[in-house]
Amino acid sequence: MSTATHDATHGHGHGDAHGHDHDHAHDHKPTGAMRWIGSTNHKDIGTMYLWFSFTMFLVGGVMALIIRAELFQPGLQIVKPEFFNSMTTYHGLIMVFGAIMPAFVGFANWLIPMQIGAPDMAFPRMNNLSFWLLPPAAMLLVAAQFAPGGGAGVGWTMYAPLTTQAGPAMDLTIFAVHVLGMSSIMGSINIITTILNMRAPGMTLMKMPLFCWTWLITAYLLVASMPVLAGAVTMTLTDRHFGTNFFNAAGGGDPVLYQHIFWFFGHPEVYIIAIPAFGVISQIIPAFSRKPLFGYASMVYATASIAILSFLVWAHHMYTVGMPVETQLYFMYATTLIAIPTGVKVFNWVATMWKGSLTFETPMLFALGFLFLFSLGGFTGLVLSITPVDVQIHDTYYVVAHFHYVMVAGALFSAFGGIYFWLPKWTGRMYDETLGKWHFWLSLIFFNVTFFVQHFLGLAGMPRRVPDYALQFAEFNAISSVGAFGFGLSQLLFLYIVIKCITSGEKAQDRQWEGADSLEWTHLPSPPPYHSFVTPPALDAKGAHAGH
Amino acid sequence: MNQGGANTSLIKRINRQMLVRLSFFALVMFGFGYAMVPYYKKFCEATGINNLLQPDRAAVNTQVDKSRWVTLEFDANTHGMPWSFAPVQRSVRVHPGEMTQVEFEIKNNGANTLVGQAIPSYGPKHGAAFVKKLECFCFKQQVLAAGESRQMPVQFVIDAALPASVTTLTMSYTFFEVPAADKKNAAAVPLEKAG
Repeated sequence: MSTATHDATHGHGHGDAHGHDHDHAHDHKPTGAMRWIGSTNHKDIGTMYLWFSFTMFLVGGVMALIIRAELFQPGLQIVKPEFFNSMTTYHGLIMVFGAIMPAFVGFANWLIPMQIGAPDMAFPRMNNLSFWLLPPAAMLLVAAQFAPGGGAGVGWTMYAPLTTQAGPAMDLTIFAVHVLGMSSIMGSINIITTILNMRAPGMTLMKMPLFCWTWLITAYLLVASMPVLAGAVTMTLTDRHFGTNFFNAAGGGDPVLYQHIFWFFGHPEVYIIAIPAFGVISQIIPAFSRKPLFGYASMVYATASIAILSFLVWAHHMYTVGMPVETQLYFMYATTLIAIPTGVKVFNWVATMWKGSLTFETPMLFALGFLFLFSLGGFTGLVLSITPVDVQIHDTYYVVAHFHYVMVAGALFSAFGGIYFWLPKWTGRMYDETLGKWHFWLSLIFFNVTFFVQHFLGLAGMPRRVPDYALQFAEFNAISSVGAFGFGLSQLLFLYIVIKCITSGEKAQDRQWEGADSLEWTHLPSPPPYHSFVTPPALDAKGAHAGH
Repeated sequence: MNQGGANTSLIKRINRQMLVRLSFFALVMFGFGYAMVPYYKKFCEATGINNLLQPDRAAVNTQVDKSRWVTLEFDANTHGMPWSFAPVQRSVRVHPGEMTQVEFEIKNNGANTLVGQAIPSYGPKHGAAFVKKLECFCFKQQVLAAGESRQMPVQFVIDAALPASVTTLTMSYTFFEVPAADKKNAAAVPLEKAG
């Protein structure tokens, strides 16, 4: 507690979350651009991650709108097919690697040290490098659009043999993936080390907020799977330029091998995106239910089970490549098994709300939106896990609808909820609650307008990644495109809300949400000082926070 | 956990230890991606899937099923090579279980010696397992000097276990240029860029 008061006296009562009056002898805070370029402060780096992620979200969003504009009507109106293919490719890559993943790394940077009572991340300089690798990678992805022959329209999964034959844009894309992967691996090593070694005395692993647990597990997933992706794209690169034949059938290789290696990374990647989202939701729902999280320990075990299972189910993405029936059966059963730990989590969230004193501020609305729509995406995932069904709807819009329910309504809604939840803490100012609710309802409605109809398109057989379609799909596509533009525009409202909060929001309380009980709420002012927990907080016998 | 200088340096040491261990783990996983290549090859050999470039073992004592006919259609393509490649007969009708031989014709229209490898594929896909090839030009690389042409055989048996619903099978071959690194005796030959 002494730390908190000590820090509080140095804190600042106005909007600048990163004032300049708290210089510790060992760590001067630079000013101007150098503060950001050379920053080793977890809060600054977290902020940069979040702004970078939002920028990429807009870039990827514009690409999505180009796709939806072309698909508004059958026939080719706006873009050429090659450009359309390039848009689907880079929309996927940018949203996954540029928007969603950095957003949650931003949360991790901001929150993990504060939630476990550590002064900063374990490797502050490496943290800086992890972030600053991202902008060059993003530039490579954007630059690929201007390479001779245009962007590589190979799909975000970058399947061989198309990638081994694509133009120079492919090389830029491969390098971008390498750089993004390095950034993720370093970030993950940092997070694991911070959580395992830097916890305040008394903060045992099972007393950590669930958000820290989900990130610990995610970071392990990243360290284990990202290098495999790096291997896959390196093989593609050497096949392209150095005469190897990993994926070249004429030289004794096999393009299907690429799919195996890619999805060995790709399926854990799905949970790399989803699990931190689970963590954010697990902080929000108890806070607005004014009850501790139901089944904390089972949440930890369920998350770990999902992570382990994620390495054992990859080939359910490739039921149609011609595997033996026994293999298909194995992957089908293993995949459906994931529904059990996921169900544990969903039921625990619902049980947390049971008989709680619920209120419905914006973060809670996003959490509930997440719960409802993520479960729906989970159910369509269950449908897709059944081999004979999947063979029918493989590579159709049903799949597109499924993964947008778990990626957008799952991960993105969770990120929005998390930002509304912690904005008062980060900035020391409150966002506009009315506008926040508008943002939620607009996003919810337009999201469903965009993607719900795509289930029908997929079941009717509309293939994904094709710029033209048969006439009978016209109505649903028009509806979907209208929804997409509505969803896209609603996000500008979000930008306005955040800027308004930072510049002119009302002063937030130290514990803005009285149900929130992790250290950043109970032991630190809003905004927290530039250096928090320089000496570890004194935790009472129970630990400052526990889920039970 | 980090009160006092002694503790801080201890923390730094165990942090660095963990950094080394986790980096090593990441390197191992990078290697694991590569380890999947030979493992995949062995798996395919053991299970008999994806056996494109070796002769099949024909079922012993196959009875010729005179009660039905299967039409085999042949298709030939080249991928970015100046070769013309075509089957001598477009299609043949055979009884399942019957030994059959067909010929393909190939000619190098380019100005340079080229090495090509044919990759087969079949339609419908579930019929592929019943084509038992004993001899095929696709089992080895084909080297053709400029202007050279040749006829090449495929010898096969359609397994009598072929489902009755399959009445037509298509065998398709595509010639790919073999990349320089895998060619034998091709060092001195200037390569014409595939286009």
